[in-house]
Amino acid sequence: MADPLLEIRDLKVTFRTDDGLVRAVDGVSASVYEGETLGIVGESGSGKSVTMMSVMRLITDPNAQFEGEVIYKGANLMGMSQDEIRSIRGGGIGMIFQDPMTSLNPVYKVGWQIEEQIREHEHVSRQAARDRTVELLTAVGIPNARERADAYPHQFSGGMRQRVMIAMAVSCNPDVLIADEPTTALDVTIQAQILSLIRKLREQFGTAVVLITHDMGVVADMADRIAVMYAGKIVEQGTAREVFYDPQHPYAWGLLGSIARLDRPRPRRLAAIPGMPPSLMRLPAGCAFAERCAHRFERCAEMPRLLDRTGTGHLDACHLSPQQKHDVRDRTIHPELVEERP
Amino acid sequence: MPVLTFIVRRTLWTVVVMFVITAVVFFIFFKTPGVDPARALAGRSPSPQVLAEVRAQLGLNRPLYIQYGLMMKRIFITRNLVSYSDQGQLIIPEIFAAAPATLSLVFGAAVIWIVMAIVMGVAAAKLRGRIYDPILMILALIGVSAPVFWLGQVCNYITQGGLHNSVFSWVPPLGYTSFTTSPLHWFTGLIFPWITLSILYIGFYARVLRANLLEIQNEDYIRTARAKGLSERRVLLRHTLRTSMITFVSLFGLDFGALVGGGAILTEVVFGIHGVGFLTWQALQNLDLPTIMAVVIYGAFFIVLMNALVDIGYAWLDPRVRPA
Repeated sequence: MADPLLEIRDLKVTFRTDDGLVRAVDGVSASVYEGETLGIVGESGSGKSVTMMSVMRLITDPNAQFEGEVIYKGANLMGMSQDEIRSIRGGGIGMIFQDPMTSLNPVYKVGWQIEEQIREHEHVSRQAARDRTVELLTAVGIPNARERADAYPHQFSGGMRQRVMIAMAVSCNPDVLIADEPTTALDVTIQAQILSLIRKLREQFGTAVVLITHDMGVVADMADRIAVMYAGKIVEQGTAREVFYDPQHPYAWGLLGSIARLDRPRPRRLAAIPGMPPSLMRLPAGCAFAERCAHRFERCAEMPRLLDRTGTGHLDACHLSPQQKHDVRDRTIHPELVEERP
Repeated sequence: MPVLTFIVRRTLWTVVVMFVITAVVFFIFFKTPGVDPARALAGRSPSPQVLAEVRAQLGLNRPLYIQYGLMMKRIFITRNLVSYSDQGQLIIPEIFAAAPATLSLVFGAAVIWIVMAIVMGVAAAKLRGRIYDPILMILALIGVSAPVFWLGQVCNYITQGGLHNSVFSWVPPLGYTSFTTSPLHWFTGLIFPWITLSILYIGFYARVLRANLLEIQNEDYIRTARAKGLSERRVLLRHTLRTSMITFVSLFGLDFGALVGGGAILTEVVFGIHGVGFLTWQALQNLDLPTIMAVVIYGAFFIVLMNALVDIGYAWLDPRVRPA
């Protein structure tokens, strides 16, 4: 495989608070290759967004501390000066955020906001920036783009604003597009449109996409590879096929069990993972998921490493052997289906 | 025709506001115990006949609503309203003669207070988490708390007193010199009044702006601006500060209107600047109802006018409130 476009190496992010250290991201390593989509899934507070915000050095909290490296095109983003990182933000790496209603500045015309980014990164005339903006807005599916560029964000619907955000994020032809919950704040029908737009742009421009989401359906639809995060760590990482059809970590089983599927008989109740995620201030010494895991045993008191236990490049952080996992997995994901079997 | 309807609506509104304010002031005056302009004018221990004569002359024997109407007529139509305390003094020309001094004082102070408040507010927000932020905010709090009359007297004590023959020999004696008479004296005479008047507002505006900037810094669109690769400076000036100007301008319009309308009474009195505020102070001391009524109307006009300008400025700053 070629070198990754963006590589995160053992990233740690901690926040100092009055009550102690919060380990929001605790040793995350991940890579994104050219043209692929990496899905990062996990529940709220698992560290998905903080990871990618740290990559872009967008966390301004003076109480945040960072460790580790982020390598983009051979350079470590974590060690860069403000001016160096600025040329990458919005240039080589574009970003889309969760809430399109609040992510655009309400006092400027949307066209101006896109032009501002283009002119920050490239020395082009105002007219050239304007033409490119109109092209981009057309490409993301905004009708009458030339007139609409002179409208203000409040004159757009949520879905249209997210299209504007996407046009902005790809305006300088980034190699990597980070999409942080791009569809969470949108209606289901609009969600599908936005996802297919991201897919189309990815194919058109060959952009690699990092898709952060808590929606397993979205990653199933979009991702080539998936990293599952829990309590600031990646607990499972593999291709989408591996994670969906051969999940190794009990937390991933829980996530998969909680999806309603149309291709299997309907269970009476969807499974839910019992309990709550642990406080990031008082993480256990061992596996952070053990407390909620039906299969915990003595070894779970010691921290499991993210390792290739199957020999296929599919990583997981669970002490159970692949055979043990195989034996208990179906029962955990679909208990009722298994019970109903003759 | 949204502009025309706006103007018409504002004008009607002004009339309503002025009627209410003048009516309230008028009735408060006559309902205050011990107030009798006739007695004040009729000389020492007047006979009842003389008192009745003066009363009739001033129209004080007629019903209140007639008196009110007559006074309004003299202000707006015949424009020959005279002061109770000085029967030779026409009030309206007096106010117009006093206005330039007030305008000079308030405009200059406004320039200082806008610039300083923005500098201090932005600096405090930017230096948050360091020692400079609380130092700036304590300074601002001192500015808000220092009474104008005290601050002005301290200025006078220093510039007109002990140091007047050395460091501050360039400060002219108290009072106002018009710009056309001597631009230099106009300027040097107003420097300390400007500073005195602006200190309160600098403190207040700097604190409001700092809080506003910190709030806006957490907005999603500021994160977007950073994610676009903009410089911190551009994010601060074009995005954060630009948005917080919405609050700043609406506050400024109201304070500015009140001051132009004669609200800088203490500053004008302490520095002997014979502006509209000084006139108000004199009128209040002499219970000179016609002058009080006239300055109240003058002040109300500026407040309503500035309100309208604030609304226009607001629509200019915030596209969300513009009519579609």
